Amino acid sequence: MESCNCIEPQWPAEELLMKYQYISDFFIALAYFSIPLELIYFVKKSAVFPYRWVLVQFGAFIVLCGATHLINLWTFTMHSRTVAIVMTIAKVLTAVVSCATALMLVHIIPDLLSVKTRELILKNKAAELDREMGLIRTQEETGRHVRMLTHEIRSTLDRHTILKTTLVELGRTLALEECALWMPTRSGLELQLSYTLRQQNPVGYTVPIQLPVINKVFSCNRAVKISPNCPVARIRPFAGKYMPGEVVAVRVPLLHLSNFQINDWPELSTKRYALMVLMLPSDSARQWHAYELELVEVVADQVAVALSHAAILEESMRARDLLMEQNVALDLARREAETAIRARNDFLAVMNHEMRTPMHAIIALSSLLQETELTPEQRLMVETILKSSNLLATLINDVLDLSRLEDGSLQLDLGTFNLHAVFWEVLNLIKPIASVKKLPVTLSLAPDLPEYAIGDQKRLMQTILNVVGNAVKFSKEGNISITAFVAKPESLRDPRFPDFFPVPSDSHFYLCVKVKDEGLGINPQDISKLFTKFAQSQSSATGNSSGSGLGLAICKRFVNLMEGHIWIESEGLGKGCTAIFVVKLGILERSNESKHPFMPKVPAIHGQTAFSGLKVLVMDDNGVSRMVTKGLLVHLGCDVTTVSSSDECLRVVSQDHKVVFMDVCIPDGFEVAVRIHEKFTKRHERPLIVALTENTSKVTKENCMRVGMDGVILKPVSVDEMRGVLSYLLEHRVLFEAM
Amino acid sequence: MEVGQMQRTWVEYTKSLFMEGFLDGQFTQLQLLQDESNPDFVVEVVSLFFEDSERLLNDLTRALDQQSVDFKRVDAHVHQLKGSSSSIGAQRVKNACIAFRSFCEQQNSEACLKCLQQVKQEYYLVKNKLETLIRLEQQIVAAGGSVPMEELSF
Repeated sequence: MESCNCIEPQWPAEELLMKYQYISDFFIALAYFSIPLELIYFVKKSAVFPYRWVLVQFGAFIVLCGATHLINLWTFTMHSRTVAIVMTIAKVLTAVVSCATALMLVHIIPDLLSVKTRELILKNKAAELDREMGLIRTQEETGRHVRMLTHEIRSTLDRHTILKTTLVELGRTLALEECALWMPTRSGLELQLSYTLRQQNPVGYTVPIQLPVINKVFSCNRAVKISPNCPVARIRPFAGKYMPGEVVAVRVPLLHLSNFQINDWPELSTKRYALMVLMLPSDSARQWHAYELELVEVVADQVAVALSHAAILEESMRARDLLMEQNVALDLARREAETAIRARNDFLAVMNHEMRTPMHAIIALSSLLQETELTPEQRLMVETILKSSNLLATLINDVLDLSRLEDGSLQLDLGTFNLHAVFWEVLNLIKPIASVKKLPVTLSLAPDLPEYAIGDQKRLMQTILNVVGNAVKFSKEGNISITAFVAKPESLRDPRFPDFFPVPSDSHFYLCVKVKDEGLGINPQDISKLFTKFAQSQSSATGNSSGSGLGLAICKRFVNLMEGHIWIESEGLGKGCTAIFVVKLGILERSNESKHPFMPKVPAIHGQTAFSGLKVLVMDDNGVSRMVTKGLLVHLGCDVTTVSSSDECLRVVSQDHKVVFMDVCIPDGFEVAVRIHEKFTKRHERPLIVALTENTSKVTKENCMRVGMDGVILKPVSVDEMRGVLSYLLEHRVLFEAM
Repeated sequence: MEVGQMQRTWVEYTKSLFMEGFLDGQFTQLQLLQDESNPDFVVEVVSLFFEDSERLLNDLTRALDQQSVDFKRVDAHVHQLKGSSSSIGAQRVKNACIAFRSFCEQQNSEACLKCLQQVKQEYYLVKNKLETLIRLEQQIVAAGGSVPMEELSF
């Protein structure tokens, strides 16, 4: 008995308390063993558990505790020392582990707690984000609605459609009960109900514009909540049982075109607004949300723009219709004008024909008369008649020309012509008249004036003749001087005519002609009228105001056609006047000799020494005549040989002589011509033979032609005539018009 | 007299000659022919004219003095004189010659004589005038001036 190393429990085992302790210990052990199992099971299930080590530790702690309790079961009865030792070991271990666990839990529990807090925060954040998401979505919806609305509104340019569409779409989008638009009346003192959503034909309600509520809305550029009881909102009879829905009003600026002319966006200084009123459904307890208000504001702006576009469109349509009407009217007027011009031209053509026929008779008969034997006085008279009738014929042509000029159908006949010859011819034409009036006429051509030019010879001559003719016509006494020179650009820039910019080039030059007379002069005030058609100076001093008054008008048109300018200067009545005109002429290119077969054979034509070195032979038995003719030809630069008899002539004449001038009044004069023809059979070797005679009868002319002369010149011949004749002769090799 | 005044006198005188019909445009032509290369042209021509005319007038006087007038010869002389005078621009002489010729054709010696007188008269007149003119010109040139041809015309 005494070797039993058992330990006696303190209390007997049969005691009830012990029994309860025994059972409790058993269940505790069970529980303590099952906890780790559960833990392992659930942790295995869950994916994430950061504290495995803790788990292990805790498991160990629990297991040991369970073990302790389990072992405790044996201690209720007599148990051996081994059990006691195991128990002690178990307890010691348990104590160690539990202390370690307790120590670690101090670290771990705050962590675990903070996890929980974080979770809470995240949840809150998620809720917040959800809310915001909802907001954004709503805004985006609003935006979509606005875009759709805008699209609907802007898809039409008709004002009514725009407004109707606005109301309809707004009503739909916002599920409104009623939507109305009040427009300002013409007077601007009232607002009139113009459009509504639900009511088909809004009766003309008007409210005065000065209501405080309206002012409030107009002064703010946002949508404003207004009371449902205010006049603008009481559109329809109140049907709901409870509260009428909330009402919002917004101003719609009515922009005018003038508002868009400033660069920056106008500050809505227009002050004309329409009022848009929107009502939520009554009894719905809906409220206006911020995004809905925003939508309304945006729509109001869009409507304003759309309305102004519509207004602009209406305006432009009206303008286009007006333009079309005007076009039609203009077209008609143009056709009428064309008809009138045609009628006038026809009339003129007929008239001209009628006028020309008798003119031709006069001219023809006068020419014939000129051929007969006449006394000098008679000859002078006939010449004057001829010249006058020619002038008259020219005048008739003028009238026709002028009408053609005005149509713009006249074109210049450009050609190469002898510029100097034009002036000589004008001089010759004007000489008889001037001599009758005893007016000396001088002509001076500048040395650098080209001999040949390209232009319209006939019209240039007409112009010069007209101007000189006027000078003669309006002078009772005094000199008339004609000067012609090449105009320098600086001298041409007349400040009175800033549009005239002569630009000489290599192919063109500007001819300036000045005709100065000391006659009756012109009042400076009348100068501007000079160039108008049919206007005549009514000064009584003029006496016979002959001429239709067309001359200068025609000259001006010709000059303009020649890209030039014409003007008249006068100091006043009785102080004479100067007519100046500048025209553009082409320069004849020396190198293009092949293009101009009429170029004379003599090279290097300059000014007066046109015939330098030209060998000529003069045959005249009258010493004085001979000397004069020689002097004339020498002055022109020719190399002159003189002979006084036909024999001498035949002896001396050679191939070198280009022209032979012979006085046909000497006996055998005609014979000489025949002999010369016999001597020089080839045409280019033979000199040109020109007869000098005082006798201009047809018979003489015929005789000359018969013996093969190339031309006849009437003695006495002037320098200018001789020059003209020589150049013409050398150019054309025949001269039978020079009488 | 200073140059300017002489020139003015010359111009006036010349103009008067034209106005009175002594000279016509042909004389102007002659004056135009006078230039630096030919400074005495007018004087030369005028001198020649004087010579020729005097000779012709003498011939005419002699021819008309004959018992039986050779009108052909007379006509030839008058023709020459007419030619010369027209070449120089002695208008009146020329006109007288033209009248003379028509009477020659008619072979009217009485009238021819009268015409001769006329021609002579005209000739001496114009000779006088021309000599005065030339003297004036020479004076101007001697005084260092130049003859203002450009003031004339025709």
